[in-house]
Amino acid sequence: MKLAEFLHMGGYAFYVWSSYGIALLVMVVNLVKPIIYRRQLIAKFARRQKRVGRHSQ
Amino acid sequence: MITQFFHRLSSPPYYYRFAGKCLPWLTLLCVVSLLAGLYGGLVLAPADYQQGDSFRIIYVHVPSAWMSLFIYMVMAISGGIGLVWRIKLSEIVAICSAPIGAAFTFLALVTGSLWGKPMWGTWWVWDARLTSELILLFLYLGVIALYSAIDDKRVAARATSILALVGVVNIPIIHYSVEWWNTLHQGATVTKFDKPSIHIDMLWPLLVMAVAFKLYYLIVLLLRTRCELLVREVNSKWVNELVKSR
Repeated sequence: MKLAEFLHMGGYAFYVWSSYGIALLVMVVNLVKPIIYRRQLIAKFARRQKRVGRHSQ
Repeated sequence: MITQFFHRLSSPPYYYRFAGKCLPWLTLLCVVSLLAGLYGGLVLAPADYQQGDSFRIIYVHVPSAWMSLFIYMVMAISGGIGLVWRIKLSEIVAICSAPIGAAFTFLALVTGSLWGKPMWGTWWVWDARLTSELILLFLYLGVIALYSAIDDKRVAARATSILALVGVVNIPIIHYSVEWWNTLHQGATVTKFDKPSIHIDMLWPLLVMAVAFKLYYLIVLLLRTRCELLVREVNSKWVNELVKSR
């Protein structure tokens, strides 16, 4: 019962939880994007390094 | 000592490694303060006598708004340093800050809107505080667009730094808008010379959340600057060695 009361937020559940939800979404996206991007970059550079290595032999 | 440290930090390979070592610790601190702030704000703090539980939006709204101003100042200052001393890393810090600042400005506007609807009866009004914050969002978007429109990244960084510095004029306007004009937005409760007009049980989670958001910004900034360094220094020895060691 306590949890339901907490989630109800005194009748402001929609406003409070959408605020926190949007904030969570935006912050997670901003955090994950550069982590994935760095992996992609290093993988891309590694492929290029291999290619250049083959050509120079 | 400190100048020596900053001098070394401005070297890309050193910065890259140093940032990598800092990240786990910063993440730990950020998660701990975020959880503490959320628990304090959502559970421990009492409901407001006028606004009930809707005031709890403050714990995302106010730190986001503070960050939108703070990040803008970081961006303008480091852009200015890059402009004067041509330090590549400070140009990168400036340009990598822009999307994070834009995200926080967006959050400040959206959460403000979600707070305004139940309290003021409207999602949006064209009053001084809200309008100047919206202009801040456009400034961030302008910086991002200008940077991506110019191919030569050194030239692009210089142009965006000038734009960012000109835009600084908007910062005091946002901060003092609630005093200079009659607005629907309430006045400052914490960032003023007087004692904060908010109870300590409501205040401490707000300050802890502000710390968590600052740490979050630092983490994302380090992640983004590392990527930008890799792109710019793709032909350098240290990047080649880094890629080889994978």
